[in-house]
Amino acid sequence: MRRIKIIEEKIFVFLSAFMTYSLILVLLFIIGVIFVKGFNALNPDMVLKTPRGGYYYGGEGGVLNAIAGSLYIAIGATLIAIFIGLPAALYINVQLIRHRKTQNTIRYFLDALWGIPSIVYGAFGFTLMLFFGMNASLLAGIITVALLISPIMVRTFDEVLSTIPRGLHEASLALGSTRTETAFKVIFRQGFPGFITAVLLSFGRGIGDAASVLFTAGYTDNVPVNLDEPAATLPLAIFFQLGSPIPEVRERAFASAVILTFIILLLSFAARYLAKKYSRTNLR
Amino acid sequence: MFNPDTILAEKDQNIQSAAVSHEAKALRVNNLNVYAGDHHILRDISLEIPANRITVLLGPSGCGKTTLLKCMNKLTDLYKELKVSGNIFIGTDDILNTTHNIPAIRQKMGLLSQRPYPLPVSIYKNVAYGLKIKGIRDKKLIDFSVEKHLREVGLWEEVKNRLNAPATSLSIGQQQRLCLARGLAVKPAIILADEPTSALDPISSKIIEHLFREMKRHYTIVLVTHVLRQAIRLADHVIFMCDGRIVEQGSPSDLFSQPESDELRAYLIDGN
Repeated sequence: MRRIKIIEEKIFVFLSAFMTYSLILVLLFIIGVIFVKGFNALNPDMVLKTPRGGYYYGGEGGVLNAIAGSLYIAIGATLIAIFIGLPAALYINVQLIRHRKTQNTIRYFLDALWGIPSIVYGAFGFTLMLFFGMNASLLAGIITVALLISPIMVRTFDEVLSTIPRGLHEASLALGSTRTETAFKVIFRQGFPGFITAVLLSFGRGIGDAASVLFTAGYTDNVPVNLDEPAATLPLAIFFQLGSPIPEVRERAFASAVILTFIILLLSFAARYLAKKYSRTNLR
Repeated sequence: MFNPDTILAEKDQNIQSAAVSHEAKALRVNNLNVYAGDHHILRDISLEIPANRITVLLGPSGCGKTTLLKCMNKLTDLYKELKVSGNIFIGTDDILNTTHNIPAIRQKMGLLSQRPYPLPVSIYKNVAYGLKIKGIRDKKLIDFSVEKHLREVGLWEEVKNRLNAPATSLSIGQQQRLCLARGLAVKPAIILADEPTSALDPISSKIIEHLFREMKRHYTIVLVTHVLRQAIRLADHVIFMCDGRIVEQGSPSDLFSQPESDELRAYLIDGN
């Protein structure tokens, strides 16, 4: 009996460790593959120049248009999503604290929104765009991506806020704070690491999504200057270049993937650092 | 005829004589009933809390002590399932049946909960919080008040060199005293303490008990506890509850030496 337990324990520990580390291996593998495949095309021109004539046939230039477009869209959309998501998450957790049923209904709808595929958001954004008589543009892309990532922002932040003990609410109210003061001065503060995570997740989803910007942001070889100009994005840049029959262009697709992954990793580190820095005062 | 000055003077006199009088009441609960769905949590509670005394709410777990405390600073508002009826008077104001300026009502009561909940900010800002939401911006006044209240709870010497450290870096006992200081800074008249020592080590508990004895000169204290010895050490007035009812109330010497009800007798025997 005892022997069996020991063997069972060993097998299970091995299995769970194996699963955990294989996931991390997958990450390293992905980074390795895109790095190796795109290595030859990785040069300063890729980041500093926009496509010149004949770029898509192996000519000179880079993907600055897509880097700029992606950053503009992801930053713009994340800002809008913060503007929507922050008050919404605080509302659910502070104002609605007495109304558990309403809270759960709202969470159900937000989860449904989260689950809608991004191509549907793309189609919706496209319809909206036509309705307002707009062209494929930076603005249309930002709005569509903002719609896509807002539920992610709200739910991720909300998930952290919902774990804050009721005693902290009560302590704040007992000191004579209004609900709004409790929300912004106490609950937001306590949930700040969760807020950072929410921003990061939303940004990552926004900058990496191709389907939602396909119809709405369009594609261009220029860096957009105005909100009504079309904007290129990195996922679409990868998509177009990867479909090329010319090996040099396919290499550039991988180089673009390296750039996109690098941006996301950089952000992820920054977010971890910030979350740690600001959770020093948190109640544990 | 009508002279506002004399009326104000009279009112002042009343307040003064009330404070001096032995029988002064800080709080009066009248016919309080609380339901959670079909469950009758508090039944016909009527009681008076004497001013500048420690009133101990005693009783077995789940008898409604905490709910009664939460009614007193309207934290029952946070629970939709609780239906509350009756009156709670401070002076002549019924604080239970009003929606007017609830933060001001809550500021009259300091709350000390079972485990400390320091705000997720520095030690200094924890004590300054109440003042800042009252709209006080004068840095000197806030500094003064922070020091005064940290001294009041005997924490000043321990933290004066690290006021900007996170409140959570303190030990649990220190955190509980910080929460007390934070509550005192908003100048409450009544301290509601809900088993404030249950999460603390014996030494920290002793400190809190000592503070309560000192503080009753300036504050009225309502203490929920189910530590019988603590009740005996601290109580000036005892309210014994069981199953949501008040079984007995009176002076500790009467209650503890000559319990009238079987419930209290049983509780005293088991509690020792």
